[in-house]
Amino acid sequence: MTSSMTLDQFDILALRREFPILSQPMNGKTLAFLDSAASSQKPRRVIDCLEDYYRRYNANVHRGVYRLSEEATFAFERARGKVARFINARSQREVVFVRNTTEAINLVARSWGDVNLREGDRILLSVMEHHSNLVPWQMLAQRTGAKLEFLSLDGEGRLVLDHLDAQLQGVRLVALTQQSNVLGTINPVAEIARRAHAAGALILVDGAQSVPHMPVDVQALDIDFLAFSGHKMCAPTGIGVLWGRRALLEQMPPFLGGGSMIKVVSLHESSYADVPARFEAGTPAIAEAIALGEAVDFLQEVGMARIYAHERELLGYAIDRLAGVEGLTIYGPQTTEMRGGALSFTLEDVHPHDVAAALDSEGIAVRAGHHCTQPLHAHLNVPATTRASFYLYNTAEEVDRLVAALDKARNLFG
Amino acid sequence: MDDLYRELILEHYKHPHNHGRLEHPDISAEEHNPLCGDRIRLDLRIEHDVITDVRFDGRGCAISQASASMLTDELIGMPVEEAKRFSKERLLDLIGIPLEHNPVRIKCALLALKTLKAGLYGVGHAPDDDDL
Repeated sequence: MTSSMTLDQFDILALRREFPILSQPMNGKTLAFLDSAASSQKPRRVIDCLEDYYRRYNANVHRGVYRLSEEATFAFERARGKVARFINARSQREVVFVRNTTEAINLVARSWGDVNLREGDRILLSVMEHHSNLVPWQMLAQRTGAKLEFLSLDGEGRLVLDHLDAQLQGVRLVALTQQSNVLGTINPVAEIARRAHAAGALILVDGAQSVPHMPVDVQALDIDFLAFSGHKMCAPTGIGVLWGRRALLEQMPPFLGGGSMIKVVSLHESSYADVPARFEAGTPAIAEAIALGEAVDFLQEVGMARIYAHERELLGYAIDRLAGVEGLTIYGPQTTEMRGGALSFTLEDVHPHDVAAALDSEGIAVRAGHHCTQPLHAHLNVPATTRASFYLYNTAEEVDRLVAALDKARNLFG
Repeated sequence: MDDLYRELILEHYKHPHNHGRLEHPDISAEEHNPLCGDRIRLDLRIEHDVITDVRFDGRGCAISQASASMLTDELIGMPVEEAKRFSKERLLDLIGIPLEHNPVRIKCALLALKTLKAGLYGVGHAPDDDDL
């Protein structure tokens, strides 16, 4: 596997030029950004889109009867439509704009959860969940008396599903990540959704690590809720999405109260707006939502299937090369099968902070720590890992630099 | 890199001083840095209000472990009252690397001092970094 193979299918150098930040020097080297699982870089057209809004048509949405406000409202709602088509929602009314994945999950836990769960009801999660898909359910369990259950992992970091049907007894909701932010494991969401529905449970999917990296079709997966963040998919921070089946959203009470989410307000009571406005109290992140629409256009022009294929090829190359680094252990699946481009590893007993600092001095940005998955790290029996993660703009040459810098770090600290 | 990991840090990291545990310590304290999973335990022997022996163990990055090693060298023979006033500036001077503008790594560097203060002032009184 070589970098030229990638270049034939995917003009990676032209693509990289779309991202202004990637051409800047870092500690005297070219920046190798291998932390897109935390937050992706932004293409020029998304940055320009933000500026264009503020320079040309900045105004609040859904309010003014003047030209600027109409233009802003049109662009905001058009972005909602783009997002709906991107995930193949049946209607753009199913797309609720929120701040991020965390807020989307909290919205469901507060709104759907408080109304529907009773003492003794069960919520099924997994050991690999990010804190954002764990803590809101712990809080819900404390409020309602519901119980949390967990799918365990096998030695390769895949879900153990042998007893799924039995584990689904009495479960009202399955909340599961589609792709682990640490192990890279891609979970068989469609299969789990089918079995969850057969057991009378709903399924919420944390798409923070999957929606940016692969085609995700909510109808094909046949799921009930999908949460994801804009900033991990070339869009700005501060904008994220909760997608939910319209019939479910329409039965759910508001999450936050305030402007925009009402029909009629009197001093002692109010009636609430239809979805999705019911869940969008207050002035939304207008520029960011419009820029998310621009990011979706960009990703679709490159092609989600091509992005997935590119990252998979890079991942295969990285797994092969890292296997040659003495003392390095990769967590999660050891092949590219049902695996995404988040590669967490330890290097002998060198602390991940030291590994990351050594890589930083070579201009390579990676993440070190528990990656907001303390229970998963307890399961893996390591306090912390170093994580390299890939996106559409990463190259085989960057993997080579990573490997060389790791060898250097091992010699320094070993 | 050279700034962050000068020779002295690596030397203390690879060959830590006063490493291990004391039998029947007079004071024992343990602190964690939840951000990165670093952990330091400090055992102190105190005779007539003077620290006569110290051991530390734990796990963490080179900076957290080297800083603990350097701190223990300072503590042996130090009056408890002086140890209570041991400032973060004094420890950072010992470490001798520029961490003032590195909010993540400064927590690693100060973990041992935080453990010391928690031990000397009593359980449940671990100070914030700003109060060290």
